[in-house]
Amino acid sequence: MATLNAFFSHISEYLLMAWQALVSHKLRSFLTTLGILIGVTTIITIWTTIEGLNKYVFGQLSNIGASTVYVQKYPWVIKGDFWKYRNRKPVTYKEYQALAQYCNSAEHISPEVFSVKTIRYKNKKFENIFIIGSNQEYAYTANVAPEIGRFITELDVHYNRYVCVLGREVADQLFEKANPLGKKIFIGDRKYLVIGILERKGNFFGQSMDNFIIVPFGTFRRVYGGHREMRIALSTSPGKLEEMKDQIRSILRRVRKVPPTKEDDFAINQQDMLTDLYKSLTTTLFAIVFVIGGISLVVGGIGIMNIMLVSVAERTREIGIRKAIGATRKNILSQFLFEAIVISSIGGFIGIVFGFFAGNVVLSQMSLNGTVSLTSILIGFGFSGFVGVLAGFYPAYKAASLNPIDSLRYE
Amino acid sequence: MLIHVENLIKIYQLGKVQVKALDNINLTIDRNEYVAVMGPSGSGKSTLMNIIGCLDVPTSGRYILNDQDVHNLTDDELAHIRNKEIGFVFQTFNLLPRATALHNVELPLIYNGTPRSKRREIAMNMLERVGLADRANHRPNELSGGQRQRVAIARALVNNPSLILADEPTGNLDSKTGEEIMQIFNELNEAGNTILLVTHEEDIARQTKRIIRLLDGQIIKDELNQ
Repeated sequence: MATLNAFFSHISEYLLMAWQALVSHKLRSFLTTLGILIGVTTIITIWTTIEGLNKYVFGQLSNIGASTVYVQKYPWVIKGDFWKYRNRKPVTYKEYQALAQYCNSAEHISPEVFSVKTIRYKNKKFENIFIIGSNQEYAYTANVAPEIGRFITELDVHYNRYVCVLGREVADQLFEKANPLGKKIFIGDRKYLVIGILERKGNFFGQSMDNFIIVPFGTFRRVYGGHREMRIALSTSPGKLEEMKDQIRSILRRVRKVPPTKEDDFAINQQDMLTDLYKSLTTTLFAIVFVIGGISLVVGGIGIMNIMLVSVAERTREIGIRKAIGATRKNILSQFLFEAIVISSIGGFIGIVFGFFAGNVVLSQMSLNGTVSLTSILIGFGFSGFVGVLAGFYPAYKAASLNPIDSLRYE
Repeated sequence: MLIHVENLIKIYQLGKVQVKALDNINLTIDRNEYVAVMGPSGSGKSTLMNIIGCLDVPTSGRYILNDQDVHNLTDDELAHIRNKEIGFVFQTFNLLPRATALHNVELPLIYNGTPRSKRREIAMNMLERVGLADRANHRPNELSGGQRQRVAIARALVNNPSLILADEPTGNLDSKTGEEIMQIFNELNEAGNTILLVTHEEDIARQTKRIIRLLDGQIIKDELNQ
């Protein structure tokens, strides 16, 4: 207990000494902390941004649904030869029918075709609106629900009715405050009856997720042609995902007449692929953060070492005095080491404060939810302390090794 | 017997030339002595003082301080001896410029781990003893030369050392202030302190009880002062 007390009173002694030394050279001390300050600010800001992005992207990707897969010609993440995929046969309606008939592990199946059209209501006109042709199952595979009105029904699809369900933003733009239900709008040069408005989905990377229109699959094909690229969405309950994928493969290989020796000539895409891609992307980003932050911390460390060497030289006489009245090597070493650690930690602390604010500013600018994580703060603080020790050790060692007589005579 | 020096030799290597700063010094100083070491510059008095003060080690010979053979001690042990057994007073005062008088006096206590509150009290007492209690919170540059030297003396006394080593303590002071400082040393010796004082001023040396004269690293005269 006594030694512990002595230990802490020693530390407080060294901290006080360090503080006094730093305060007596305010500008110099401040400039010395800058490197560390910038390094820690960078790390925390970027770290916070990435974490905010992660939270956001994973939130958005979960909209796709972990147990929904998309059968398409191209995989979402293309590795290797693009031409291998380019020459594949497109996914067809016949394959949708086969899956709808035989793939009993899927709970919902929707064929999906896409186009971009100009839409019109009275004197309002909007170009490049995303049009989706699908069936009543789309509500489940894409996880959307009407906020008002109703979604496309089996009968709409069966009779190829000219009805449409609007994304929230399309509805707001076309009708402003008026009730869109029962109104007729032009999609391309055809008139459609508005039967429902979808719930708001929000933005994804600044891209509105509510800026589209859904029409019955058959209607779409009749109007815009049947040979478009299509995809088939299938969803199931989470535990049955693998079973469903196996079933899809065997059905499609049969329908598309893929010889047993050849690999699949279609892709079964799912959310995992995107999250994996995103993860590998952010892993790289994190590595870059560490390199940038690391470099500025190294530079900051060099700055601290430099100033500490100057400080030791300037205070040679002080060191001599201290040694003459009984300071041991350890005393002197600790004094200067603490000085380096304090200077570095102050930089780290200010860096954390700056990083905290900068991180929050970036998050709010990118309208991301998130907080500055404790991990990043701890890492910022740990790093700055570590750099202080590394940068301070050599100068402190030099100070401790000074000969008392020579240092007392030093002018 | 406080100090016992036997066949002490100190050789400095200056480039290719060897300089014999101390040449076979034999010396004994008892407790409560009041000794002046005199000699022209280059006579070796500072070297002798450094070795006696445990700031330096001899090339050969024995030095026993307070029944302890100083030979073969580690740096830390020497630091401990300087802290406990020796109080230094320098010509240039050697106070820490940014620390207050009180803090300067406290410094030796910091290095032997005296608790803060006790430190304050001891240091304050010492400042009182040299008549500077009212200057405790002044920095050295706010004090006169004489006052600075008193602070230095208070610092030298604060650990109650066996030996006070003063290296030209009046060298940077006017004669009146120097006289005041010598008065303090005289009083300290009367109170029982052992004092070894290096000087080249005859009338300073005359105030001590024993004068040792050095020339070219050798003692040429060691006499009691009448």
